[in-house]
Amino acid sequence: MSIYYRNFPRALVVAILAMSATMSVARADNDSGKYGGENRGKPLQPAQTNAKFQQECSNCHIAYAPGLLPAESWRKVMSGLDKHFGSDASLDVQDNKEITAFLVSNASNRWSASTAPLRISESMWFKRKHDSNEISPAVWKNPQVKSPANCAACHPQAERGDFSERNIKIPK
Amino acid sequence: MLRIFHTSGLALVFAAGLAAQPVFAETHNEILASIQKEASGTPGFQGFSAARGESFFKTKHGNEWSCSSCHTENPAVSGKHAKTDKVIQPLAPSVNAERFTDPGKVAKWFKRNCNDVLDRVCTPQEKGDVLTYLLTVK
Ligand code: HEC
Ligand code: HEC
Ligand code: HEC
Repeated sequence: MSIYYRNFPRALVVAILAMSATMSVARADNDSGKYGGENRGKPLQPAQTNAKFQQECSNCHIAYAPGLLPAESWRKVMSGLDKHFGSDASLDVQDNKEITAFLVSNASNRWSASTAPLRISESMWFKRKHDSNEISPAVWKNPQVKSPANCAACHPQAERGDFSERNIKIPK
Repeated sequence: MLRIFHTSGLALVFAAGLAAQPVFAETHNEILASIQKEASGTPGFQGFSAARGESFFKTKHGNEWSCSSCHTENPAVSGKHAKTDKVIQPLAPSVNAERFTDPGKVAKWFKRNCNDVLDRVCTPQEKGDVLTYLLTVK
C-alpha cells in the first residue's frame, strides 16, 4: 500500500486533490445558498452513529439526526439540557461532552447562515418543506400529530434519518 | 452481602466490562437499601411507606405534571410522555425486570423527573416511599 502511494506521481495526486476540493466547494455553495442559508445537511445521519447519543437522546422523543441542525444549534441545545423545552434532560459532564462532539461533527454541512435555532421546526428548510402547500393546517391539529417535533407521526422511518417522500404517511 | 460475588454476579461484571460500559447491575432491593441508608441519616426517619409513596406518585406538587402524568396511575402498564407521546415502558419491577437495577439510571431520572414535577430534587424519604410503593404493584 505505502509503496504504491510513494510511487504515485506526486503532481497527479496534487491535481486530483485540487480538483475534488474545488468541486465540493462549488457543490456546497449551491446547496447552502438554498433556504436563505438554512439548509439541512447531506447526509442527515452519518454512517457511524454514536451509542451514547442513541441511548440518551431517544427516551422522550426520537433521536433527531445530527444533520437536521447546524453545529451552533447543537452546542446551544447541549449547553441547556437542564431546561430543555420545559423538561430537565440534564446529563453528566462526560456524557454531555461525548454527545456534543458527535452532534457537532455531524451537523448540517449545508448551513451557511449565522442563525442557530433551537428547534428543527424553526429552520427555513423545515418551514418550506412543511408549508401549507404541502400540508393542510388540519393535519397539524390531529392529536396523532400533536407537534411539528413529532417527526415520526408522518415519517415512520424518522428514527433512521429517513424522511424520503416515498416513506411519508400522513395520519388520518 | 457475599452473594454479590456469586458466579453469576461475576459473569455480569465481566459482561459489563466487555461492553465497555460502567454499568454495575444491582437488584432493586440493593437500590432500596442504599436509599434507606441515605434516609436513615435524616432526623426523625421512621421507615418507608407504600401508601405515602402512592399518594406522592399520583398527586401534583404545584406544577403541571405528577409522576402518573407520564407513568400512568397504574405503573404496571406502559405510559406515555405527557408532552411528546413517546411510549414509556412500565415502571413497576414486577412487570419490567430492568427497572431499578442500574443506580446511575435511577439517580439520573429521579433528579430529572423530580425537577419537572416539584422544581427540586426528591428527598431520600420520597424516593424510598415511591420505590416501596412500586415494589407492591403486581
Ligand atoms: C427528559 C426528556 C428529554 C430528553 C432526555 C431529551 N429531550 Fe429533547 N425534547 C424534549 C421535549 C419535551 C421536547 C419538546 C417537544 C415538543 O415541543 O413537541 C424536546 C425537543 C427537542 C428538540 C427540538 C425539536 C423541534 O424541532 O421542535 C431537539 C433538537 C432536541 N429535543 C434534542 C435533544 C437531544 C440532542 C437530546 C439528548 C442529549 C434530547 N433532546 C433529550 C425532551 C427530552
Ligand atoms: C404532519 C406530518 C409531518 C410531520 C410531523 C413532519 N413532517 Fe417532514 N414532511 C412531511 C411531508 C408531507 C413532506 C413532503 C413535502 C414535499 O413533498 O416536499 C415532508 C418532507 C420532509 C423532508 C424532505 C424530504 C425530501 O426528500 O425532500 C424532510 C427532511 C423532513 N420532512 C423532515 C422532518 C423532520 C425532521 C420532522 C420533525 C422535526 C418532520 N419532518 C415532521 C410531513 C411531516
Ligand atoms: C414528563 C414525563 C415524566 C414524568 C412527569 C415523570 N417521569 Fe419518570 N421517566 C420518564 C421517562 C421518559 C423515563 C425514561 C424512559 C424509560 O426508562 O423508559 C423515566 C424514568 C423514570 C425512572 C427510571 C427507572 C429505571 O430504573 O429505569 C424513575 C425512577 C422515574 N422515572 C421516576 C419518576 C418519578 C418518581 C416521577 C414523579 C416525581 C416521574 N418519574 C415523573 C418520564 C417522566
